Amino acid sequence: MSSFPDPIADGLARGWRVLDASRDALPETLRADVAIIGTGAGGGITAEVLARAGLKVVLIEEGPLKSSRDFSMRENEAYPQLYQESAARKTRDQAITILQGRCVGGSTTVNWTSSFRTPDDTLHWWGERWALPDHDPDTLSPWFAQAERRLGIGPWLVPPNENNDLLRRGAMKLGIPVPAIPRNVRGCLNLGYCGMGCPANAKQSMLVTTIPVALDHGATLLTRARAHRLRIAGRRVEAIEVQALDADGLRPAGRSVEVRADHVVLAGGAINSPAVLLRSKAPDPRGIAGTRTFLHPVVLSVADHDREVRGFEGAPQTLYTDHFLGIDPIDGPIGFKLEAPPIHPVLFAVNLAGFGPEHAAAMQRFAHAHALLALMRDGFHERSLGGRVSLRDDGSPVLDYPLDEVVFDGARRAFRAMAEIQFSAGARSVRIGHERATPQTTLAGLLAELERLELAPFDTKVVSAHVMGGCAMSADDARGLVRPDGRHHHLDNLSVHDGSVFPTSIGANPQLSIYGIVARMSAGLARQLTGREPAPLA
Amino acid sequence: MGRMRRRTLLKAGLVGGALLAAAGGAAIVANRDPHRDRDAVLGAVVPALLDGALPSGGALREAAVRRCTDGVVAAIAGLAPSSQAELAQLFALLGSAPGRRLLAGVHDDWHVADTAQVGAFLQSWRQHRFDLFRGGYAALHDLVIGTWYADPDAWPAIGYAGPLPL
Repeated sequence: MSSFPDPIADGLARGWRVLDASRDALPETLRADVAIIGTGAGGGITAEVLARAGLKVVLIEEGPLKSSRDFSMRENEAYPQLYQESAARKTRDQAITILQGRCVGGSTTVNWTSSFRTPDDTLHWWGERWALPDHDPDTLSPWFAQAERRLGIGPWLVPPNENNDLLRRGAMKLGIPVPAIPRNVRGCLNLGYCGMGCPANAKQSMLVTTIPVALDHGATLLTRARAHRLRIAGRRVEAIEVQALDADGLRPAGRSVEVRADHVVLAGGAINSPAVLLRSKAPDPRGIAGTRTFLHPVVLSVADHDREVRGFEGAPQTLYTDHFLGIDPIDGPIGFKLEAPPIHPVLFAVNLAGFGPEHAAAMQRFAHAHALLALMRDGFHERSLGGRVSLRDDGSPVLDYPLDEVVFDGARRAFRAMAEIQFSAGARSVRIGHERATPQTTLAGLLAELERLELAPFDTKVVSAHVMGGCAMSADDARGLVRPDGRHHHLDNLSVHDGSVFPTSIGANPQLSIYGIVARMSAGLARQLTGREPAPLA
Repeated sequence: MGRMRRRTLLKAGLVGGALLAAAGGAAIVANRDPHRDRDAVLGAVVPALLDGALPSGGALREAAVRRCTDGVVAAIAGLAPSSQAELAQLFALLGSAPGRRLLAGVHDDWHVADTAQVGAFLQSWRQHRFDLFRGGYAALHDLVIGTWYADPDAWPAIGYAGPLPL
C-alpha cells in the first residue's frame, strides 16, 4: 500500500456522490441531464466538460473505484482488480490477448503513459476516405493542445531506462531516428509500474484529473454497475437499464437501477460500446456497430544481454521510432511503430514460449532481458478490415479478429526490424515471439530461422493494448454509425465519445487521440445542451 | 443442471464442438464433478509446466505445487463467466478417462502420470495442427505460469527483488 496522499480518499471524505452498486442501496431511478457510460479516456474528458458546464451528470462504470492506496505494484493484485477479465481478455479463438482497463479511469488508470497526437497522415486519410474533413490536423491541434495542458503531457526529460536506451543505441547505429515519447505525468518518480496503477498519482489519468473535477461539480458516480441495455423508443434513448454487479464485479447481483437522462454518452471503449448498442438493438440500418474493430496487433522480440537491463525499473516506453511506418504508403503493406515495454514477471513469463526446464532457464535471464514491441497500423490496407464484436448467449461481448496475411506480412518485417536493432545494440541472443523460435546468436541465423517459420495464429504471439473502432464516425451515414461530432446518426440523444469512433486504427498509442477528439465533441455537446460556450479543460 | 450443462457443452467454445466430436460426444463429460476434474488435471499439469522452476523433490515441491494450484483456482474465479465455463469444459474433457487417453494421449490416471508423459501431452497440444488444441495449451500455459511468477516466492530465482516499498 502506498503512503502517498490519496485524492480519491480525500474526495470521498468531502462527500463525493459515489455509489458502489455491489454494496450500497440503490434508488429505483436516477435522473440526470447527461448519463455517461464508462469512465476511461472518453468518459472522463466528457464528464469534466459537461459537469463544469453546469449539467447534472451521472457516470456509470462496471469496474471498481480503486486509488493510489490500493496500487501495490503487484501484478497478482492489479490484473484482477483493474483489467477486463483479469488482463486475460482474448479474441474468440483465443489467439490474441487484449489488455484493457476496467476500473474508474478505465485504461488510463493502467496504461503506460505514452501520449501521441493523432498522426497527420491518419487524419488526412480520414478526411479523404471517411468524410471527416473537419478532423484535419489544423482544426484538431488546439484540442490536442488543451488536453496536453490539462494532463501534463510533454517531453520526458529524465534519462531513459536501459530497456529504452538499448532501442536508442541499436537504432542509432542503423541510422534510424528514435525520438522521445511525450508522457502524461506530473512529478513522476520513474518507478516503472504504470501498468499496475500509479502509486504516486503522478500519471495524469482520468482517475486523478477529470473524474475528481466532475465529482467536485456534483456528478454522481456509480461503480460496479453495468450499463446492460438502452431502452429505445423511436429516435430516442428513454432510459439505461443498469445492472448492479456482485462484489467480484463479474456477475449481475440481481438488482438494477434505471438511469434516465436527457442525453446519453456511450464511452465504454471499443468492445463494450458496440456491445451496449447490440444488446439494445439500437437502430443501425447498415449493420455497422461492432464492425471494423482494430487492435494495433503487437508482436514482441526479446534479447538477452550480458549486463542486466532491469526492464522492470524506470518509466516504460519513453522512446520510439516511426521509421517503419514511413517506408510504404499508409495503405500499402502494414507499417509498425516500435517501442520498449515494461518487463514484469507475469507479463514476461506468459509471453515467453515453452514450458518446463526450457522456460525456467529462460526466466533466469529475466533481469537481462531487453524487450521490443511492434505495434501494427491496421485498418488502412484494403484487406485490413479488422475484427467484429458480437454477443455471446449471455450478452457479453466477444471479438473475432482474423489474423491474416496482411498482419503476418507485417509481423515478419517487424521481427526482422526488431532483431536488427537488438543485435546492433549488442544483444548476446535474440528470440522472436513465436512458439517455435529459439534464441539466435546472430542476425543471419535469426533471419534464416524467420524464413523457415510459418507465421500463424497461436504460433505467433500476438497481443493488443489498443482496441479501436466498432462505431465508426463519418459524415456519410452509409459508412459511419456516428456523425463527426459524435452524435449517433439514428438516435437524437445519444453520442459516442471513445476510441470506438475511430474509422481506422491510429498508428500511435491512442489516449491523446481520444482526449483531443472527445474534448472537441464534448465542447460541442455542452454548447448544444446549455446554449453557452463551455470553459476549456481546466 | 444436467440439461443446462449439456446445452453449454454443445456450444462451440474453447474446446467445444470440435473436441467433443473428436472425443465421441457429450456423453463423456456429462454428470462429472467439475472441481475434481480441475484438481486432477492441474495436479499433473502444474508440475509439468513448472518443471525446472519448482523446488526439486520432497515436501517443498509438493507445497509449491499446491500453492500454485490454489492460485490458479483463484485466478480462474476472477475470469469472465464465459471463460470460466470454457475452462470447465476443458477440465471435464481432460478429466474423463476417454478424453485423457484420446485427446491428451496420456495413458495413466492424472495422479500417477509422470512429468514426461504429461510434458509430451502439453507439447503435442502446443504444436497441434488444430487451433482449438493450441488454444487449450495456451490457456493452461498462461494460467499456471502466470500464477507462478505472480508469487514473490518465485522472484529470487529470476533476479527480481520486487517493487520498492513506498
